[in-house]
Amino acid sequence: MTQDDLTIADPKMKAQGVDVFYGEKQAIKDVSIDVGTDLVTAFIGPSGCGKSTFLRSLNRMNDTVASARVTGTILLDGEDIYAPSMDVVQLRARVGMVFQKPNPFPKSIYDNVAYGSRIHGLAANKADLDVIVERALTRAGLWDEVKDRLGESGTALSGGQQQRLCIARAIAVDPEVILMDEPCSALDPIATAKIEELIHELRGKYAIVIVTHNMQQAARVSQRTAFFHLGTLVEYGKTTDIFTNPRQERTKDYITGRYG
Amino acid sequence: MALTNDHTVKAFDEDLNRLRGLISEMGGRAEQALLQAMSALGNGDLALAAQVVQGDKKIDALETEVEQLTVQTIALRAPMADDLREMIAALKIVSVVERIGDYAKNIAKRVALMDPTRSIEAIPVLTSMSSLVAELIHDALDSFAARDADLAVRVTVRDKNVDDFYNSIFRTLVTFMMENPKHITESAHLLFVAKNLERMGDHATNIAEMVYYVVTGERMEERERGESPEGGAAAEKEQG
Repeated sequence: MTQDDLTIADPKMKAQGVDVFYGEKQAIKDVSIDVGTDLVTAFIGPSGCGKSTFLRSLNRMNDTVASARVTGTILLDGEDIYAPSMDVVQLRARVGMVFQKPNPFPKSIYDNVAYGSRIHGLAANKADLDVIVERALTRAGLWDEVKDRLGESGTALSGGQQQRLCIARAIAVDPEVILMDEPCSALDPIATAKIEELIHELRGKYAIVIVTHNMQQAARVSQRTAFFHLGTLVEYGKTTDIFTNPRQERTKDYITGRYG
Repeated sequence: MALTNDHTVKAFDEDLNRLRGLISEMGGRAEQALLQAMSALGNGDLALAAQVVQGDKKIDALETEVEQLTVQTIALRAPMADDLREMIAALKIVSVVERIGDYAKNIAKRVALMDPTRSIEAIPVLTSMSSLVAELIHDALDSFAARDADLAVRVTVRDKNVDDFYNSIFRTLVTFMMENPKHITESAHLLFVAKNLERMGDHATNIAEMVYYVVTGERMEERERGESPEGGAAAEKEQG
């Protein structure tokens, strides 16, 4: 499974022997994977395979589930994110997340983007904050569409715009990693294409990990793909290899539509 | 023909099976065209030769049909992995089979140009050569239908024998021409026939290489393919 040219010299995140349990049930079994700084990594697999669970363990989102327990090691720049000294709020600023359903706060577009910077104290004054908001909205490809109505509610935007607003909110606090959990599954094809284009533009600025049910999307946006099945990482490789010549029979069956 | 029936979307299986059926039919027709062209040549059978020329239109039509079905399947089903490799191979294989059909047609067209009273010893050797080439085409297409990479490798290895036949026939025909200038036209035609057969063998090898790629996802290695055929060029040099 492992090939030499898959080695990531300086991984942004490194998971080693990770198990995740929900109570007695083991959802993730012994997963080890590196997330490269300049790469988009896609997690694919059937429903219930554990890909979202694993994604959520990368910024300790599973902490919010009482019965969830994570063992093994997950490092961010060599630092154990499950160490007692780790500030979870800081961690989630460094490892941001975008969810399946756009979830803007019921606040203005401006306040949605400014929110994180305010609570993290990233802006000294209103002028600084204006710069942060404009830059984040520009990077998220939304600035031109909303610059004249920043005071309007974020929830008044279209679904695709709301999702880009959520991405703007995530990148406003200058994260190092962005986790995306099926970010396009509630969007139409045009809004989806805009998000995919955005992912392409954000590559290199942030390490990006995306969970998707849409294999074509994984093929389009990622450079590395990981296939999960029944809580295990079945195959990890270059996206081009996974989709043209997967090594594992289970991967092949899944991506060619023979699964089930 | 190996049927596929394991996709969740059954209509996809139907498309793939239809594609495989068309390619099998096309290959069968090309193989038959070769055998009939050689039979027409051996017996001076002009009617059979005309039938081969006419039959090539159907081979061309099948190529177009496979191309359309492949493009349609890629567009509608977004095939991945071995399914995707099969689509790409299908496109390449039918263009090769179409070429094989053209060579058979070319042989058939020469029947009318030959002297029916000729007695040239090269003909029986040409018949053996054409039997081997027909066998290679047959096995190459069988290896596609059966997803048999080993059979594909054996096709490429046996293509060496086709090259040996060609070298041998080349020498024989050159000798004939030197012995009696009256044989030159006849021998030149037969030399083209031998060259056509040699090219068909190469095309069978191309098909086998595509099959190997479909099945394994890898290019066929040189060592598995045996020596590369340079016999014709070498022999021509030797004789010159």
